[in-house]
Amino acid sequence: MTVMIISVVAYLILGPIVGGLLAGCDRKITAHMQSRVGPPIRQPFYDVFKLTEKEDITVNNVQDFYVLCFLIFTIVTGCLFFAGQSLLLVFFTLTTASTFLIVAAYSSNSPYAEAGAARELLQVMAYEPMVLLSAIGFYMATGSFDVSQIMTSETMPFFAVWGLFIGLVFIMTIKFRKSPFDLSMSEHAHQELVGGLKTEFSGKTLAMVEVAHWYENVMLLGLIFLFFANGTVAGYVIGVVVALLTYFLEIFIDNSFARMKWQAAINSAWIVAAALGAVNLFVLLLV
Amino acid sequence: MSYVAKSPWIIHYDGSSCNGCDIEVLACLTPMYDVERFGIVNTGNPKHADVFLITGAVNERNKGVIKQIYDQMPEPKVVVAVGICACSGGIWEECYNILGGTDKVIPVDCYVPGCAARPEAIIDGVVAGLGVLAEKRARMEKGLDPEGKDEAAPEAAVGAPEGTEASEAEKEA
Amino acid sequence: MSTIIFLIVFPLVVAVALLILKADAARDIVVKVGSAVIIAASIYLVVKYFSSGGQYFSASNEAVGTAMTIISALLAIVGFVLGIKYKKYLACLLVVVTTPLQLWFEFTKGHEIAVNYNMYIDRLSMIMVLIIGIIGTLICVYALGYMKDDQKHQKDGKDRRPWFFFLMFVFLSAMFGIVTSNNLLWMFFFWEITTYCSFFLIGYNGLFHKKEFEDKIATRNAFRAFIMTSLGGLGFVIGIILLGSGLGTIELSTMLAYGSMGGSVVAPALFLVFAGLTKAAQMPFDSWLLGAMVAPTPTSALLHSSTMVKAGVFLIIKLAPVLGWNIAGIMAMFVGGITFLMTSFAAIGQSNGKKVLAYSTISNLGLICACGGVGTPEAVWAGIMLIIFHAITKCLMFLCVGTAEHQIGSRNIEDMDGLFEKLPRLAGCMMIGIAGMYLAPFGMLISKWATLTAFVDSGNILLILIICFGSAATVFYWTKWLGKLSATMAGRENLQKNVHGEETFVHVTLATLTVLVCLCFPFISSTLVVPYLVSAFGAVDALALSANNMIIMCIMIAVIVLLFIFFFGRTNKKIVPIYMNGVNEGDNLSFKNAFQAPTEVGLRNWYMESYFGEVKMNVIGCVATAVLEVACIVAVAALMLGGIA
Repeated sequence: MTVMIISVVAYLILGPIVGGLLAGCDRKITAHMQSRVGPPIRQPFYDVFKLTEKEDITVNNVQDFYVLCFLIFTIVTGCLFFAGQSLLLVFFTLTTASTFLIVAAYSSNSPYAEAGAARELLQVMAYEPMVLLSAIGFYMATGSFDVSQIMTSETMPFFAVWGLFIGLVFIMTIKFRKSPFDLSMSEHAHQELVGGLKTEFSGKTLAMVEVAHWYENVMLLGLIFLFFANGTVAGYVIGVVVALLTYFLEIFIDNSFARMKWQAAINSAWIVAAALGAVNLFVLLLV
Repeated sequence: MSYVAKSPWIIHYDGSSCNGCDIEVLACLTPMYDVERFGIVNTGNPKHADVFLITGAVNERNKGVIKQIYDQMPEPKVVVAVGICACSGGIWEECYNILGGTDKVIPVDCYVPGCAARPEAIIDGVVAGLGVLAEKRARMEKGLDPEGKDEAAPEAAVGAPEGTEASEAEKEA
Repeated sequence: MSTIIFLIVFPLVVAVALLILKADAARDIVVKVGSAVIIAASIYLVVKYFSSGGQYFSASNEAVGTAMTIISALLAIVGFVLGIKYKKYLACLLVVVTTPLQLWFEFTKGHEIAVNYNMYIDRLSMIMVLIIGIIGTLICVYALGYMKDDQKHQKDGKDRRPWFFFLMFVFLSAMFGIVTSNNLLWMFFFWEITTYCSFFLIGYNGLFHKKEFEDKIATRNAFRAFIMTSLGGLGFVIGIILLGSGLGTIELSTMLAYGSMGGSVVAPALFLVFAGLTKAAQMPFDSWLLGAMVAPTPTSALLHSSTMVKAGVFLIIKLAPVLGWNIAGIMAMFVGGITFLMTSFAAIGQSNGKKVLAYSTISNLGLICACGGVGTPEAVWAGIMLIIFHAITKCLMFLCVGTAEHQIGSRNIEDMDGLFEKLPRLAGCMMIGIAGMYLAPFGMLISKWATLTAFVDSGNILLILIICFGSAATVFYWTKWLGKLSATMAGRENLQKNVHGEETFVHVTLATLTVLVCLCFPFISSTLVVPYLVSAFGAVDALALSANNMIIMCIMIAVIVLLFIFFFGRTNKKIVPIYMNGVNEGDNLSFKNAFQAPTEVGLRNWYMESYFGEVKMNVIGCVATAVLEVACIVAVAALMLGGIA
């Protein structure tokens, strides 16, 4: 119980700090890959603080409420994860959070926001099967959906669910909103959607979205970490290292690929999920 | 201390530029000049932007667009006119459809002359704009109007062809 | 006992009264009072048997049996005559085969088989009684207002509403019969009554009309429903005959007890499951439920949410203890699973709101059938939870779409943008309904979670994959609808005042129920579902959802409700126009085009026809399930013949 409370509090406090720093590293590394100097690593924090200093404007009287719910539910998702609750509960709550964000964008009835929302929704559909399958994989490998139980499993879950790990890393590109699948938000220089989903958010509302993404990213990296947790320090170290490597890999992919069409996103994500999921679960069942 | 100056996000609008200045604006983002060092991001969305870069002269067709984009930017915000056309209308000033510089429609905080304006000059202009941005934020914190409208606002109204603007505004409404 | 009889007879009395009464005012009173009495009686029944957990009743009465036989024969004649009249000879053929088969069995073998208990009530029946009693009657109340509007659209000006309300209440009566009959012949009698009722209800705008006023599609779809469910009826009769001749019983309880002790009841179970699958509109028989959309909306709601289709899944859930990894169980789980997947996909490609609801219904029923087929206690727990939540939520959705259709003149989802401004209360109820269909922490999601866990525990990888992909599709089609509803468009006329009071009352009641049931589902689980599972399976090891998770879900619901109460729709920020490249005309709905003229913005959802085309999904699904069903039936036939030889 104490451990649970400590980790939740730690997540609540450290989550945005780590998430923001990772985002800063992302921008720095990306800049270096393009032989630029890039902004300071603290830049994402400057951005968010600046957003809170801007004038309060909104497009209707409900949008900000949905965004608030998105933030709250994203944080709740992370808290549930770090409190060692059931993975399925975590994922279902995450879907609810995403839905709030999508509905927020739809509620503006703005062309760019709605186009972004539709694409975001497509992305949710693309990654959802793989996410659920990975939870099932953990269950079949360790006998529990609970993160707390998985954490103390005797062997690294990775050895049992390697296929699902690969699949999950694949869909992380979608979840981290990286090229080639950064369809919904037009990150970086991709501007054909203006801001996509985020078009109508401004000031504090946009700041909330950014902070929610930091929380979400930390939770996702925690998920990667979980593949290597086996109750020993060595396992934890390996988990952290692999999680960071995965994040770096996503940055690398981001910078090496052009944007692809939405068809590519759903085709590839579903094929990966069906193939790796089926094979890996079948192997698990036989063993 | 204000963070606006540390994270200026930009929206760039091409009025009726020959694209000479536009190319230079984009050049600022390249590794050569790398304005992201200063936290500058080209957002392309007025609702996210702090700095409004305009290239090219204002004409009858785009003045409503410029005005609307400006209005959609949340305070504090600054406008930087890039290139001589955006500053005063440049060589197009006498054309039948040209109103003149950006300041004919919206208040401009910084003028970056040149044809085309050099990237160094543009960066200089934006950095000068950041000073204004910080000032405006400071005014906001005191509860004053950031654009100084609650005081006498001398420069904003100078030289604007009142009659045409008012009639256009009525038509739009 | 007397309460059960009352629940079956009283709706009949109300039905007859409604058939006679022609005046609007009289009908209003009778329906409202009748509904109140039925709700009260259902609750009384549950309270009465709550502590004991149920009881079996012998209720043997020769006269009742004879009356049932005569009524089925009469109905068969009606069906036959109508089949001839509308040149639907397949319907005639089915009637000619099924009824004589049934009569032959009753008069030869049936008489020799002693029936100890004709009726019963247990905790599953209690749940069903509550669903039928509360949801079913609410639909009837809603229909009062709805049918007034509907009457204005009747081309020939004839008032058929007495007939309509008669059928609705007969339907309720028959449903009470189905969920309380232990004697399979009795259950079959009620089963057939619901078949005929739905036949007449779907054909409401077609059957018995003069040629020039006849809605041909209504007639055709009515017959389609009739033929498909009669095929299931034939399966039911064969199941009874196999059971009667094989085991010498026609009691459901005896069959289940025998099966649980290891006896083979696969053959009769298979045919009963087949009957259940047709009634539950599983592929390849899904088209009758889609066709049922032509009927007035209350019919669709009655068919889809609380009654007709629930009869099918009720039977399969009831049989679950003898299903599992045998031919009957495999048929139920995979037909259900494939149907779930294919119809979830097909729903993505639909813009017609009622059709999306219909596909969603079929897919959820598929999931319930699959749960029944898996046949483990935790799967059945999930299945029963699905039944409860689905009944309430889907009913809410149907009734909302019906009202929206009358108010905005379209059931197309694309026309529902801005509904949030036009009909705020209705849109709010619809949003609750949609959220209830797929979002954590609402009911359907809880059940789906339990289903997933149950499938994993049964080690059925195919079903695991099916539910993972199907859930993803579910999220897609509901969210895009939710998005459409939530879109704010200022300056739309508020039409809420045009909605009938009865309709709004029912919407709000159901929306409240949707949330309340989610809040108290741990209670429902521990007092009704788990004890039922213990009695049906002997023991329940573990539930898919731990108590811990249930509490977290309830807290989340409370948080959402509180957030909505305190923060929804309030802002002190400056409201500005949306971004349209600087050419927003100021109304957020149109922009200035290149010729300086205003152009309206049109925003459309994604349908992904090339991926999830309706036809494609139906062909794949129907072929797969048809092959599966034929294979299962052939396999059982071969086994039986082998056994005899």
